[in-house]
Amino acid sequence: MTTAVETGNKADLPPPASTVGVVGWMRENLFSSWRSTVLTLLAVYLLYVAIPPLLQWTVFDAIWTGNEAKDCKLPDGSAKDGACWIFIKAWIGGFMYGLYPYDLRWRVDVAAVLVLLMFAPLAVKRLPFKNIYGVAVILLYPVVAYFMFRGFIDFPLSDPQSTTHPWRVVETSKWGGLALTLLIASVGIIASLPLGILLALGRRSHMPIVSTFSVLFIELWRGVPLITVLFMSSVMLPLFLPEGVNFDKLLRALIGVTLFSSAYMAEVVRGGLQAIPKGQYEAAMALGLNFVRMMALIVMPQALRYVIPSIVNTFIGLFKDTTLVAIIGMFDLLGAIQLGNADPKWLGFGMEGYVFAAALYFVFCFSMSRYSQHLERKLHTGHKKR
Amino acid sequence: MTASAQAPIQKVKSTKSDEVAIQMIGMHKWYGEFHVLKDINLTVYRGERIVICGPSGSGKSTMIRCINRLEEHQKGSIVVEGVELSNNVKNIDAIRREVGMVFQHFNLFPHLTVLENCTLAPIWVKKMPKKDAEEVAMKYLTRVRIPEQAAKYPGQLSGGQQQRVAIARSLCMNPKIMLFDEPTSALDPEMIKEVLDTMVLLAEEGMTMLVVTHEMGFARTVANRIIFMDRGEIVEQNEPSEFFKNPKSERTRLFLSQILHH
Ligand SMILES: Nc1ncnc2c1ncn2[C@@H]1O[C@H](COP(=O)(O)OP(=O)(O)OP(=O)(O)O)[C@@H](O)[C@H]1O
Ligand SMILES: [Mg+2]
Repeated sequence: MTTAVETGNKADLPPPASTVGVVGWMRENLFSSWRSTVLTLLAVYLLYVAIPPLLQWTVFDAIWTGNEAKDCKLPDGSAKDGACWIFIKAWIGGFMYGLYPYDLRWRVDVAAVLVLLMFAPLAVKRLPFKNIYGVAVILLYPVVAYFMFRGFIDFPLSDPQSTTHPWRVVETSKWGGLALTLLIASVGIIASLPLGILLALGRRSHMPIVSTFSVLFIELWRGVPLITVLFMSSVMLPLFLPEGVNFDKLLRALIGVTLFSSAYMAEVVRGGLQAIPKGQYEAAMALGLNFVRMMALIVMPQALRYVIPSIVNTFIGLFKDTTLVAIIGMFDLLGAIQLGNADPKWLGFGMEGYVFAAALYFVFCFSMSRYSQHLERKLHTGHKKR
Repeated sequence: MTASAQAPIQKVKSTKSDEVAIQMIGMHKWYGEFHVLKDINLTVYRGERIVICGPSGSGKSTMIRCINRLEEHQKGSIVVEGVELSNNVKNIDAIRREVGMVFQHFNLFPHLTVLENCTLAPIWVKKMPKKDAEEVAMKYLTRVRIPEQAAKYPGQLSGGQQQRVAIARSLCMNPKIMLFDEPTSALDPEMIKEVLDTMVLLAEEGMTMLVVTHEMGFARTVANRIIFMDRGEIVEQNEPSEFFKNPKSERTRLFLSQILHH
């Protein structure tokens, strides 16, 4: 009490110049010791070696104008130095839609625009009946998208309209390109989360039948490579089905991808469930909540929040794994690009195709990753874990 | 340290059977081979305030957790507000509706705001309209003197505030009985008082309360009856003045000397 220093009389000084600004930042982060100085210089050198040639190929020497393969070639027939982006331009339709009929590609476009239009209202903060609307859209959109992709009038082959009618059926084997990749990935993502939640709950269940089934299911699917699952579904499953029963190859692949990733999802969710303290269950029960409400309102929201990074990790893995359907003869983005690479008119531009595919995959995966970070920040409620 | 119950509390003890809130007869519980609760016989009357004390591991928590079926007893009977506690889910639900519980570690739901913590059960269990539930919640948050924190998340509150929210959350279900399991033992000394004050307020309103606590000041001023447990048994029960002045058993005396002299 007696020797207290009077406060509030000293003016706030700016921090010393050497600790702020560009110089301060560099001193702190790049040159803080001789070791980091060496590493910094090494990194700069590596960037110097790698970046200019890359830019040279992708941008400066690249061929941007023209329509034919010969625009990318020297008079003697060998390829020019830069990237031949007109190959991508020529094949962009194939990359986006695969073998989907030219005159019907607008249907896929409409499906894509609809997804934006239907989900956009969910971004509105205070939308009345937001939950109901959300559920409705999630249930309704797949139906809409299915009919946009497939069409609904099935003409016999003899009918001339079977090649001209705007709503004629397009077999799933014709679906392809980025559209197919996005379709498989979103079905897998949207269906595997609830399935994974059920499996995770099943694995923790006290009922021996339920938990044994869940464990077996999870371990079985996790123990097999996805490529095996896809081969089984496309080649072997038909052998076991009775004569005449034939269900769609795409559907089989979708089921395979979904069940496969739901097994991973189950383990991710189980990890989240283990982070929930017993007290949360007890408080919920003491308040009279039944099991379903306790799980849906108290436990799952917290458990899923803890594992957002792992969930998104699984989603990203799933997204990239969809490329494996190219091996069972579907032309997803990668399959379509391989189709383009084999085009006799454009032989020799495989590199451009793969770089384009890599860039597209990166854009989607990186967006998912950013969205997950955004979600984590948004849902953070400042609670400490007990 | 001592509870701040200045107002004298009317100490009633009725013996009419329709006034019984909780009755345990010959209740036993085992954890596997371990006999935690041995032949518990206890009758709690409406409006009674009972403090339960005893050494660590003596089964205090287990006993009060049996009352709302957070733990299952294996022998004997427990009747709460006329409903027998059995494996029947309906009975368990009915009892949980009448019994509120406050925990040592608050157990607030960290992903919900204070207000949502309070309205969740009324909305989902009692099917109360959201507006009404919020009104009730604000009433009780005002009663525990933190209405201004309603929009915050539990993680943004002090321990004492969190525990008061937990009390308000229970009260929103309008329970007839409140169970407290060491409600102040996770709190810093300066926060203990604010929580005890809230409990005193509840006691003055005639709430039936069972409180496991080591706050002997609170026990002395608020309780009608103190129950001493040791090794799974109710060793002794008496009204506070007698309990502190003339403990009957050696074990009680030992416990009191340990708890009061340090
Ligand atoms: N889930 C459990 N499984 C096995 N034993 C348990 C379990 N919970 C508690 N016990 C044991 O039962 C006994 C009584 O525990 P209880 O928590 O009721 O004691 P308590 O009187 O509340 O003690 P404290 O003052 O430390 O909270 C202890 O010996 C404890 O080890
Ligand atoms: Mg205890």
